[in-house]
Amino acid sequence: MQELDGLLSYASFFLVFAATYAIITLGLNLQWGYTGLFNVGVAGFVALGAYTSALLTIPVQAGHLTGLNLPVAVGMLAAMALTGLVGAVVGLLALRLRQDYLAITTFGIAVTIQLFANNAKALTGGPFGVQFIPKPMQSWLGTGLVWTLAYLAMVLAILGVAYWALEKLVNSPWGRVLRAIREDEDAANALGKASFVFRLQSFVIGSMLMGLGGAVYAHFVGFIAPDDFLPILTFQLWAMLIVGGSGNNRGAILGALVVWGFWTAAGGLMRGWVPPSEQARAAALQVVLIGCLIALMLVLRPKGIWGEKLNP
Amino acid sequence: MLQIMADGLIMGSIIALGAIGLSMTLSIVRFSNFSHGELLGWGAYLALVASTALNAMNTAWAANVGPFSFGWGLMLSLLLACVLTALLALALDRILFKRLRKQGSITLVIASFGAALALRNLLLFWQGGIPRYYSENLQIAMVLVPRSVGGGLRVTPDQIFVLTLALVAVTGLHLFLRHSTLGRSMRATALNPALARVTGIDPERVLRATWLIGGVLAAIAGVFAGLTVQMRPTMGVDLLLPLFAAVILGGVGSIWGAVLGGFIVGLSESVAVTLVGAEYRSAAAFVVLIAILMLRPRGLFGETH
Repeated sequence: MQELDGLLSYASFFLVFAATYAIITLGLNLQWGYTGLFNVGVAGFVALGAYTSALLTIPVQAGHLTGLNLPVAVGMLAAMALTGLVGAVVGLLALRLRQDYLAITTFGIAVTIQLFANNAKALTGGPFGVQFIPKPMQSWLGTGLVWTLAYLAMVLAILGVAYWALEKLVNSPWGRVLRAIREDEDAANALGKASFVFRLQSFVIGSMLMGLGGAVYAHFVGFIAPDDFLPILTFQLWAMLIVGGSGNNRGAILGALVVWGFWTAAGGLMRGWVPPSEQARAAALQVVLIGCLIALMLVLRPKGIWGEKLNP
Repeated sequence: MLQIMADGLIMGSIIALGAIGLSMTLSIVRFSNFSHGELLGWGAYLALVASTALNAMNTAWAANVGPFSFGWGLMLSLLLACVLTALLALALDRILFKRLRKQGSITLVIASFGAALALRNLLLFWQGGIPRYYSENLQIAMVLVPRSVGGGLRVTPDQIFVLTLALVAVTGLHLFLRHSTLGRSMRATALNPALARVTGIDPERVLRATWLIGGVLAAIAGVFAGLTVQMRPTMGVDLLLPLFAAVILGGVGSIWGAVLGGFIVGLSESVAVTLVGAEYRSAAAFVVLIAILMLRPRGLFGETH
């Protein structure tokens, strides 16, 4: 019975993370898969969402400016609003220029967000991060397996709503315009579609999903620090999208599950096989491994496991 | 005041060397290479490994040359690092970028992002995360201007060495691109690849030259960064944003633009360090980047198309 409990607990933890990543990957898929916008700063947007929601909902504590103790739902909505706003500013600056400039600008914003998280100690707690982030429903479900399962149900519900809404969106005329712009911007412009406006909308909605994912992560773990949002996170999320198949929402979700499984398995193997003194070096190898995986996938199967199916 | 400018110029010369290679990749291979920063890191560490080995082989090489904090061992290692880093850049192209070139520039950007992560972590795996230095010797800064004039100016001989050699490298590259046949083919390919091909320029040869030159300059920049600051496996990614800011500020494809961009970014970093504090150094490059995107997105000397 106890073993079953342990297994169930492990599985539900794994699934909460996978589903959280899936929400973020869906946002990335809207930006990249459907619109062709390359965002190198995903970790920055996720961090922004996580910090926003955390700082609005934590109780009053020493060392933090905030302590508003707002409900978690308000935090999550604010996280989406703020990441959407930052996405809009980045988009306004970079989306009119050549493609690479968006990549460079998003890279810059992620570096800057990381910098502020680490240094604006009064607000963010610096390298030690934010602690005691409230976990919703915990007052009546306790801290055990029941709560994890309830949180899993909540994340899956959010993921389901996001998936349903995105499917509606990308199959609407709006979504068709996005793909038209991605394939041939001049042609789309010639048909009277203001490609900049559509791109901006897609970028903002994608950013909001990333912020929401960050908030969902923060309220599950209860503790965030700048090191949770290093560029490696961006890369994992990209790996998820590319492995799963960009341009397909189901592919994005599948990719999140597969890559997160691969990552945890690799981590588990390393912990089992590598002596503790070498763990840091082994972790570096783990990253190299996933770097090679993504490169291999790009070379061998650029459409991913479950790539985009274009209607004839 | 003078000191801030001098520090900015030295940092700027390092950024400039890296930015030239990045700018050339952007205009000739036509993608933003996010792994370019890692070439700086690898260059610095390769020189460190080489100089440790050389100095162990022959103690005369370890002895300091003149007023500098390093000996002939490091000079030789710098050359070795240039060759090896250039080969690394070429190998990366052969293994990865070349295969993806047909798939468009954004696939290349993703691949370069992956390559950067793999390279950085390999370096971390190989050399560990502790900051390293080429020499444990402390160098006494020379007083060039007394404190009473403009706040004074003190520089170390190493810093003068870095600034001089950077200018020599850039001038050499400029002459090469202006006057040699290969250099002219490279400029032609940057302007119009299709037309360059029609006139009989071998595009593969031009691309190879671009990677080699980018690698050499990156190694020099990396060693200089190691010499004047310190070496860490993350030094490449830490320098990447300043490099990109310098490239865009100067205008993609312009060598002197990248140099000027490098100096401006270097100066704004050292001003930021004085005004806001050292921890916000990298935000300066971001502010420069945002400003140029708002005011003049094609840069100071950018391509017009």
